[in-house]
Amino acid sequence: MTTPVRIAQLSCGPEYSGVQKEIDQAAKAVDAEIFYPDISLADIKRDFTKFGLDVRSPDLKLAIARAKALVDGRVEADAVFIATCFRCAEAAIVRNELRRFIHENSKLPVVSYSFTERTTAGTLLTRMEALTTIARRRALLARETQVGLTLGLDSGSSTTKAVVMRDNKIIGTGWLPTTDVLESATTVIQLALDMAGVTREKIEAVGTTGYGRFLVGEKIKADLIQEELTVNSKGAVFLADCQHGPSTVIDIGGMDNKAISVQDGIPGTFTMGGICAGASGRFLEMTAKRLGVDITELGPLALKGMSAQVAMNSYCIVFGTQSLVNALAAGSSKEDVAAAACHSVAEQVFEQQLQEVDIREPVIMVGGTSLIEGLVFAMGELLQTDIVVPPYSQYIGAVGAALLSSGFIKEK
Amino acid sequence: MAKVFIYPATSLILSDLVARFGHTPLSAAQSIREHIQTAGLESPPLQISPEDPKKGLKYAAVEVPSGVRGRMSLYGPMIEDADAGIIIHDADLAFGCMGCARTNELIVFLLKKRNIPLLELSYPVNDEEGAEFVAAIRDFLTRLGGVK
Repeated sequence: MTTPVRIAQLSCGPEYSGVQKEIDQAAKAVDAEIFYPDISLADIKRDFTKFGLDVRSPDLKLAIARAKALVDGRVEADAVFIATCFRCAEAAIVRNELRRFIHENSKLPVVSYSFTERTTAGTLLTRMEALTTIARRRALLARETQVGLTLGLDSGSSTTKAVVMRDNKIIGTGWLPTTDVLESATTVIQLALDMAGVTREKIEAVGTTGYGRFLVGEKIKADLIQEELTVNSKGAVFLADCQHGPSTVIDIGGMDNKAISVQDGIPGTFTMGGICAGASGRFLEMTAKRLGVDITELGPLALKGMSAQVAMNSYCIVFGTQSLVNALAAGSSKEDVAAAACHSVAEQVFEQQLQEVDIREPVIMVGGTSLIEGLVFAMGELLQTDIVVPPYSQYIGAVGAALLSSGFIKEK
Repeated sequence: MAKVFIYPATSLILSDLVARFGHTPLSAAQSIREHIQTAGLESPPLQISPEDPKKGLKYAAVEVPSGVRGRMSLYGPMIEDADAGIIIHDADLAFGCMGCARTNELIVFLLKKRNIPLLELSYPVNDEEGAEFVAAIRDFLTRLGGVK
């Protein structure tokens, strides 16, 4: 039995929101334990004053003092989880500053989250799993080269992707919209194997990631079953050829978005958002459908349009679609509407998520939405930087899984 | 005998003072004890479940953070039930500490809105002020009736 990963909790409000049990359960599910750094009253007064952020809420003062104790090494932990109430401005400031403080002054992986009373262990699971993966599998995450013949599968909410790699090269790919999780996985694996010209029996190691990773991983007896935050980061820096130094990975997915600040291929801080569908790839799918074009045509169409011509910036997919319909009814061109939709998604990811990670160049966009040129352009404009879209960017999770799973070959 | 809401509600010293003068202190300990003793509920550490912030909607709207509403589900009914209140401003953390500043503002406001006898004091910073502090609480509690 492995030693549980010790995750220090810095928080205000989860006990009173009735979600502490959910936090504890999520940690337990990934063989981790949550603990509160133990500090004295004198420590709180001294460290809170020293930190310099004069907040009024005592629980936030306590969180600040606990963060100082972690950074100073007075309390030992493997990772940090910062949680405060959603919609609390004071807590949001503290959450952001503590995340930055810990990231800049220690090597502890840290994730922050704003909860409501509806937050469940399931929502927190991927984040907790990523924290434990970073703490427990640092050696595996440091792997830079794929060896042997391996298969990676990314069972995502919208699409399922498979990749076969041999000696650090992609030799087969498969892609399908996700319907039945297992059926979709079986089919894309076969597509990738056929393209690579190999049989399943020849595969030396298999890795799975994405929402269906556990179900599919158990079915196909995967060597590695790992959440998409660490796997996608690895795939991104591998394909973008920037495995050393800092980078930022942005993955706008079908159901949620990930923004990950990466150092040497290992995530330091990350956010994972999924509350508002107006900021998801799903909204772009709906836009394409309403415009009567294939999703692959949306990007080039957007590049021909002017986003500023159409008012569209809703967090909600329903209201966003309403803006879209209104714009078309008022005579806006398809090109302008497509550009506005891309700008709207990019702007909301920028406002809601990218403020919570430190953007460090190069910025790498991955996932299926990175193929929508209009979205990449809009994000580049907002961040004032050239966005890197590596080859095979839509297969990023599968590539990361194939790369990391090759670390298991020698164990067999 | 009066039911006296104390603020900070976590202050054991204040709770003890109120009880010594024959009144019933309405404090965090009381409401949390009730929660912890509720059979069939498993939501540690305070046995507050996601249903409690919904009960707090009586005191704060849905756009108010869940932590505020969860706390108000504990303190709101006690404020409604109180015959009197003692409010200590800027108390030292060791005297009694309530975690959320927004909840604290709302508690003090709701207490004032009730038009019940209220004693408002600043936390003492020296021995002289300490003596005056205890005397003021004693006088207030005595005026409410109960044991002398």
